[in-house]
Amino acid sequence: MVDMEVNQIQPKAEVQNLNFYYGSFHALKNINLFVPANKVTALIGPSGCGKTTLLRCFNRMHDLYPGNRYEGSILIDSINTLGRGVDPIEVRMRVSMVFQRPNPFPKSIYENVAYGLRLRGVNNRLLLDEKVEDALVASALWDEVKNRLFESALNLSGGQQQRLCIARALVTDPEMILFDEPTSALDPIATTSIEELVLELKKRVTILIVTHSMHQAARLSDYTAFMYLGEMMEFDQTKTIFTTPANKKTEEYISGRIG
Amino acid sequence: MTREKKLEKSAQLSPKLVRDVREKIIELVLFLAAFSAVATTVAIMYILIKESWLFFNEVSVIDFLTDRKWTPLFVEKHYGIISLVSGTLVTSGVALLVAIPMGTIAAMYLSEFAPSRLRELIKPCLELLAAIPTVVYGYFALLFVTPMLQKILPDLPGFNMLSAGLVMGLMIIPFISSISEDAMRSVPVGLREGSYAMGATSLQTAWRVVFPSAISGISAAYILGASRAVGETMIVAIAAGLQPRLTWNPLEEAATITAYIVQVSMGDLPHHSIEYQTIFAAGLTLVLMTLVLNIMGHFLAKRYREIY
Repeated sequence: MVDMEVNQIQPKAEVQNLNFYYGSFHALKNINLFVPANKVTALIGPSGCGKTTLLRCFNRMHDLYPGNRYEGSILIDSINTLGRGVDPIEVRMRVSMVFQRPNPFPKSIYENVAYGLRLRGVNNRLLLDEKVEDALVASALWDEVKNRLFESALNLSGGQQQRLCIARALVTDPEMILFDEPTSALDPIATTSIEELVLELKKRVTILIVTHSMHQAARLSDYTAFMYLGEMMEFDQTKTIFTTPANKKTEEYISGRIG
Repeated sequence: MTREKKLEKSAQLSPKLVRDVREKIIELVLFLAAFSAVATTVAIMYILIKESWLFFNEVSVIDFLTDRKWTPLFVEKHYGIISLVSGTLVTSGVALLVAIPMGTIAAMYLSEFAPSRLRELIKPCLELLAAIPTVVYGYFALLFVTPMLQKILPDLPGFNMLSAGLVMGLMIIPFISSISEDAMRSVPVGLREGSYAMGATSLQTAWRVVFPSAISGISAAYILGASRAVGETMIVAIAAGLQPRLTWNPLEEAATITAYIVQVSMGDLPHHSIEYQTIFAAGLTLVLMTLVLNIMGHFLAKRYREIY
C-alpha cells in the first residue's frame, strides 16, 4: 500500500499499530501511518471515521478526559510519545494544534500570541515582542493588527481569529502543527488565506491536517491518508490517491459514492 | 333556546373573540406579575424618600454627612451617618477579604479540578452554608469565634467587627463560589483545549484562561457578595455591637447601619418623631450604597463581557 517513494522520504512521526478506545468504544483500529517531515499530510474520510480522533492522539489531547486509552505507539523523532514515562505537556509543547472553530482567548492580540511563551516562563519584553511579531508575520496577520496589538482578539473577524490561532501555535517553534478542519467555520475568502498560509508554513513545520473537503486535501497536501470506520484504508501521495487509488473504498469516497 | 343551540351560537359567534379575550386576560396576569416587582421597588423607594425628606427638613444634609457622631436617641443629638457607614464598611470589608479569595478558590477547584463525584459531595455542603439562619451565625461569631480570637488577641472586646466580619465572610462564600463556578463552567471547552494544546497545566489553564474568560460572571458574584455583606443585619447586630462609633479598626466594637435600624425598629418610638425618621434616612443610605454596588456590577459585567 505504501510505495517506494514514500519509504524514501524522512518521516517526522510514525504511527505504529495504534488502537484507541473511548471507554469501551474501539475508535481507532490498528492504525499505521507515517507523517513525512516538512510536508502537508491530509487525513480524509467520512464523518465518524476517526480522523479527528487520530489527530488528537498526536498531542495527547485525549489525556484530558477520563476513560480514554491508547495502545501502540506514535514515534515523533523516534521517541514514543504515547510511552508511559512521557509527560503529555511535553508533547504538547512540541506539537501545536489549530482547532476547527477559532478559539482566541479573551485577551489582547499580543497576549494571545505570547501565551505559549508566557507558559514557558518567558517574560522578557524584548524577546516577547520579537517572537510575537515573527509569529504574526508568519501567519500573515501582522499588517492587519500591528497598530492594535493590545486590543481584544475577540474584535477580529473569524478568518483573522483563525490566523491568530495559527500565530499562537507557531510562536513556540513547534516541530509539528495539527490542523483540525481549520477552515470549516470560515467563509471562502478566509479559507483561501488559511490555505495559502498552510502551504507557506510547511517550509518550517510538519503539518498534519484533518479536512472534510476532498478539494482542500487535493489543493494542500503532499500525502493523503484515507480512513474509514476507524481503520486506515490507504496512505499515499496525494496525486496517487486522487488519480489511481488502490483501495476500492478510497475510490468510492473520492468519487462521492460514500461519505 | 336549547342548550345545544346556545353552544352552537356561542361557537359561531366568537371563536376569535373568545381567544382574543383569553389572550388579553393571560397577558394582563403576566404583566401584573412582572409589574409587582417594579411596584414594590417604587413603593419602598417612595416611603424611604418621603420619610427621609421629613428627616432632612429637621437635619441638614451637611450635618448628616459630616457630623462624626450618631446619637439620635440621646439628649444631645448628633446625626452623623458616617459613624454607621464606617461600621458597615469595616464589617463588609473583613467579610469580603474572607469570602472573595475563598469563594473564588472553591469555585475554581469545583469547576476545574474536582472529580465529578467529589464535586457532587462538596457543592451541597457549601450551599448548606447559605441555608444556615443568620441568627445562628451571629451567635457562632459571638460565642465561638470571638472567644477564640481573644486567645490570640487578649484585648479584643466581646463585641467586635472582626469576628462579625469573619463569620459574615463564611456566610457569603457559597454565594460567591456558586455563581463564580457557574461562570467558569460555562467557559467553552474550546478555550480550555486551546490552552492545554499550548502545553498549559490545569492550574495555568484555570488561572490564565478560564478565570479571565469568566470574569464578568465572577465580578457579578463579587458584587452580589458585597451587597449581601452591606445588607446583612443579624450577624453584625449580635456580634459587632450596637454602639455607633466612627472607627476603621476592626478590633473595635461598632454598630452598622443595619444593626442600628434593627435596634431602633424594635423599640417603641412614636411615629413621625425625628428618632423614628432616622430609620428611614439610614435605610435610604443603605439602599444607595447597594444601588451604587449594583450599578458598578452592571458596568463591570458590561466592560468585561465576553462573546464566545
